[in-house]
Amino acid sequence: MSNIPADLRFAKSHEWAKLEADGTVLVGISDYAQESLGDITYVQLPAVGDTLAAGAVFGVVESVKAASDLYAPVGGEVVAVNDTLDAAPETLNQDPYANGWIMRLTPSDAGALDQLLDPAGYQAEIG
Amino acid sequence: MSELRRTPLNAFHREHGGRMVDFAGWEMPVQYQSILVEHRAVRTSAGLFDVSHMGEVDVTGPDAAAWLNHLITNDISRLYPGRVLYSPMCAPDGGVVDDLLVYQRAPDDFFLCINAGNIAADLAWMRTQAEGYDVSIQDRSDDYALLALQGPVAERILQPLTGAKLGVLRYYHFQEGTVAGVQCLISRTGYTGEDGFELYHAAADAPALADALLEVGAPHDLQLAGLGARDSLRLEAGYPLHGHEISAEISPIAAGLGWTVKLDKPDGFTGAEALATEKADPTRQRVVFFRTGDRRIVRAGAEVRDAAGAVVGRVLSGTLSPLLNEAIGSALVPATAAAAGGLQVDVRGTVFALQLVKPPFVDLKKSS
Repeated sequence: MSNIPADLRFAKSHEWAKLEADGTVLVGISDYAQESLGDITYVQLPAVGDTLAAGAVFGVVESVKAASDLYAPVGGEVVAVNDTLDAAPETLNQDPYANGWIMRLTPSDAGALDQLLDPAGYQAEIG
Repeated sequence: MSELRRTPLNAFHREHGGRMVDFAGWEMPVQYQSILVEHRAVRTSAGLFDVSHMGEVDVTGPDAAAWLNHLITNDISRLYPGRVLYSPMCAPDGGVVDDLLVYQRAPDDFFLCINAGNIAADLAWMRTQAEGYDVSIQDRSDDYALLALQGPVAERILQPLTGAKLGVLRYYHFQEGTVAGVQCLISRTGYTGEDGFELYHAAADAPALADALLEVGAPHDLQLAGLGARDSLRLEAGYPLHGHEISAEISPIAAGLGWTVKLDKPDGFTGAEALATEKADPTRQRVVFFRTGDRRIVRAGAEVRDAAGAVVGRVLSGTLSPLLNEAIGSALVPATAAAAGGLQVDVRGTVFALQLVKPPFVDLKKSS
């Protein structure tokens, strides 16, 4: 049974987005996604300063099984990336919603989060 | 798509959290907790694998030995009762039909272990090769289950469960005995590069045997291990997998298995002429093993280029070595390109130089 925190929004492609008090958005992958991928061995991060459109590929998460593209759940400018994942990609398996965050965006439209799935909608999506 | 086949341990795997996948038409656990954790356990303590999908064949009769020596590339005159031999089995063009283990139980009584995905094709091939020989070839695959206990503490786990004297059972030898009351063919073999045992036994006994091994193994940090770890362990050890490093297109000579091809066998064998021709050809294809210095996995099918950027070959297997923490793999390239060096691959836009390695990739401590 996957863990789906109540305060997050989700893309159908299994990224989560969290609107922070300072107006930035944290992005990672869901517990369901890490579970499906299995042992994560490599995370290709975007560069700080990159401008991403909603739905754009911003990186790759790779497991023993496969490499999967990461899609920006909302558009914006990358203001930070979690470079601890370079040395410890397994953090995505162990703690996908906190220490396993991938990037922080300044959203071009904060209202875009409303177009993502809420926890109930994501639960329905993954069945 | 037809129904997946199940081993007698299917319920056992589910109870222990096995993630079940389709492997060669069988529903098998690819992992329980983590491929990386299971892999490391086999290198440091022990792992228990269900490999009951593998096929078993009885070969008996007055011509059993002569027929086997015609069928396979290795030489069974090296065998004696209690000894195990690894060998490819080739087509006339030198391509590999399958690779197998040959167990000699008595002078005219042999037992073969073959790959799960090839059972039907192997048996059909064996029968076409049997004309003129007084030999009985019997498929026993449904009768046997097979558990592999692998790792440096395997003997310590197994010994309390059996009266067989494991201390004198050498690598690539076997004996009959009971383990936890279950009649087994106890084989000191494996596909991980570690010391260990493969236990062939009646399918109905598999759940009881697996439970007994798991219970005795728990204080020794025995982990259940799935096919994911089995694949990364065999690649780290440099062992071929049929369909990857050996296949209908890749001969044992190309695969670096020349030591299993006995061209001087007095009565010859199927594929001997083609393999002799290939061996003498300096421009032949060659399987090489490589590491990249990076964690990004170079996957099977990736193009291999030479220093000038021309495509010269392809990757056959690729994974992350959990011990090296680095991508490792195998590739098929012309021997001339391997000798010239400068081989490279592109992983999603990043080019990596292949550092060619003579396997195993890590120090192994097999018993001898």
